[in-house]
Amino acid sequence: MNTILVAKEVTKRFGNYTALDSVSLEIPENCIYGLLGPNGAGKTTLIRIINQISYPDQGALLFNGEPLRPEHITQIGYLPEERGLYKSMKVGEQALYLAQLKGLDKREAKKRLLYWFERLEIGDWWNKKVQELSKGMAQKIQFVVTVLHEPRLLIFDEPFSGFDPINASLIKDEILALKEKGTSIIFSTHRMESVEELCEHIALLHRSEKILDGRLSEIKKAYKNNTFRVAMVSDRGTSVLGELEEKFKLSQTEFDQEEKQLGFTVQLPSDDSRSLLSALSEKGRVQRFEEIVPSANDIFIRTVKEKGNNG
Amino acid sequence: MGKLRLIIKREYLAKVRNRSFVVMTFLSPILMVGLVVLVAYLAQLNDGEKRIIAILNESDYFSTDFHTTESTSYVRLFDLDIETAKDSTEKMGYTGLLHIPQKKTLEAVAEASYFFSKNTPNTLVLEKIEAVFEERLRQRRLQEMGVSPKDYAMVDSRYEVNIATFSGEQNLKHFNEIKAAIGGAFGYLIMMFIIIYGGFVMRSVIEEKTSRIIEVIISSVKPFQLMLGKIIGTSLAGITQFTIWIVSASILLLLALALLDMDLATLRTGPVMIADATGQLPTAMPATNEMFALYAQEIFKIPIFTLVGFFLVYFVLGYLIYSSIYAAIGAAVDNETDTQQFIFPIIIPLVLAIYVGFFSVFNNPHGPIAVGFSIFPLTSPIVMMMRLPWGIGEGGVPIWQLVISILLLIGTFMGIVWFAAKIYRVGILMYGKKPSYKELFKWLRY
Repeated sequence: MNTILVAKEVTKRFGNYTALDSVSLEIPENCIYGLLGPNGAGKTTLIRIINQISYPDQGALLFNGEPLRPEHITQIGYLPEERGLYKSMKVGEQALYLAQLKGLDKREAKKRLLYWFERLEIGDWWNKKVQELSKGMAQKIQFVVTVLHEPRLLIFDEPFSGFDPINASLIKDEILALKEKGTSIIFSTHRMESVEELCEHIALLHRSEKILDGRLSEIKKAYKNNTFRVAMVSDRGTSVLGELEEKFKLSQTEFDQEEKQLGFTVQLPSDDSRSLLSALSEKGRVQRFEEIVPSANDIFIRTVKEKGNNG
Repeated sequence: MGKLRLIIKREYLAKVRNRSFVVMTFLSPILMVGLVVLVAYLAQLNDGEKRIIAILNESDYFSTDFHTTESTSYVRLFDLDIETAKDSTEKMGYTGLLHIPQKKTLEAVAEASYFFSKNTPNTLVLEKIEAVFEERLRQRRLQEMGVSPKDYAMVDSRYEVNIATFSGEQNLKHFNEIKAAIGGAFGYLIMMFIIIYGGFVMRSVIEEKTSRIIEVIISSVKPFQLMLGKIIGTSLAGITQFTIWIVSASILLLLALALLDMDLATLRTGPVMIADATGQLPTAMPATNEMFALYAQEIFKIPIFTLVGFFLVYFVLGYLIYSSIYAAIGAAVDNETDTQQFIFPIIIPLVLAIYVGFFSVFNNPHGPIAVGFSIFPLTSPIVMMMRLPWGIGEGGVPIWQLVISILLLIGTFMGIVWFAAKIYRVGILMYGKKPSYKELFKWLRY
């Protein structure tokens, strides 16, 4: 696995406060990497270190295998959570300025800007001042400016805040399209539904420490506890439940008298679902048999709580 | 370097295109010239007023001593009692009534004389009357001592000591005032520039913070580059503004003078009147011509290129020191109202420098106070510029003082910019609360 970014035991202190405590991460190339954690966990601090806005007290960072250097700035695009534009500057002029600061030459920047403005249907904003735009409109321009220099690594900190649902899905599609083109993306948020939709890898920060990371599907596998949801039809109704309860651990049982339909959750001691399924089919007709996989949200809450209780 | 240029360009254009900046640039010269013209006009009005003073002289003295001049004329009243005289003076609308009673001696007369007026009298009027009495009393005493008025007139001559440096160069006393004016102008220019454009730098930093664009920018450039670009861009805008001010104010002033046909006359009568005053001495006129020649010679002797050269050094270093402090203040706060507590301490040395300059340096350009303040780095740009017109080396600022002053200034410059850059780097990403000095100190270690 090629990595775009590696953090090795990165520590950052502000006075007596430790914002990052020996955090190590490996962010694979060409994937969407979710950087999760409650407020104040250290996400923004880590992102600022990756952007070389601040520097770690200890530890090292590798960008594409080499130690992170100032020149790498041009290969990184960053959309901060606290973002804005010069209010009294014209949209086009401002976008050109920001693109040039990222190392694009003026003509190339203008060409790409026109393409993006066309694509997001904001072409007629070029000569408007930012103060005439709505918040959502300004966000679109910030997005364009972030991706314009075609960086290898994009960092989005809460990218969807401030967008209405239509524009949020527009931006989500753009992010996915960028990933298709080979860009690696770090995606920091505490909105779990977008994590579920977008991220392949996640890392969870809590109280300045990394408490969990890995491929989202594998984390889910690790966090599932062999629980299955069953729906079946049986003429014998509730007596079936009684028989099953002798062998298995049932919960959340329900019985629909008219349809003769039973619903329940089973937790198995191991992942041997075959014996359960065969036992079920003896008793009646199984309509639904589904393993319950924890959502990213469940995992997030569970880990943070566990961690909170321990320490 | 390319990025720094981009930042400077943006800051410059943002400033120059700003509507209030444009208005200020073009309105200020008009206001300034308008003010000068107004003051000149008012002064003319004031001078044009003619005062009439009634004199009720019952004594044997002073019958020929009060001469009508351009601004004051005297009306003599005879055979009136004091109350009637007062009444008629008031009725006629005269400025006042001078009552000189009949007494045995001149001293007694002078002692008993009164000036009556409706309002508190103008000091100029009083001075004139007092001068007449003083002159008369002096002559009287001299007469008693046996000096004739003719002798006295010959004795009474003005004197000014001639001054020269040890190397024998002749000097002109009033010339010190010209030097002081030049030094004062340089010093004042530095102070005004720092206060105006330092404030602009600070506001520009606050704007970047409140509009939340700062984090986007510093993910592309170093905070120090941004700070430096901002300071340079703003000062270039300031230089543009100052140039426009000076050029357009001079043009406007000349236009106003030509159109109103007033000030030039006043300006011309100024020196003539001085000549008149000293003109009692027959040799005075050629002396002034000679003096003009000497002045011209001396003005050419002012090391103008050295002066401008040092002005640039002190101006650039002083401005960079102060504006980086302003930038740090802007970074530390969230809005302009929070800046007061931090701005006050940096205004103090500036104001102190100007006061020390005007009250101490001009009187004694190389005294201990002047030397101290021209070496202390926060005041040296202003105070040293006020001392420099007196030259460098012998008779002027000793070279060692100049060297120490500049070295200290450079050292301070590096220290302060390092310090300000630290505060700036941390401050621009801090939102919410207004930091205390203690907290700012902590930021230095982040």
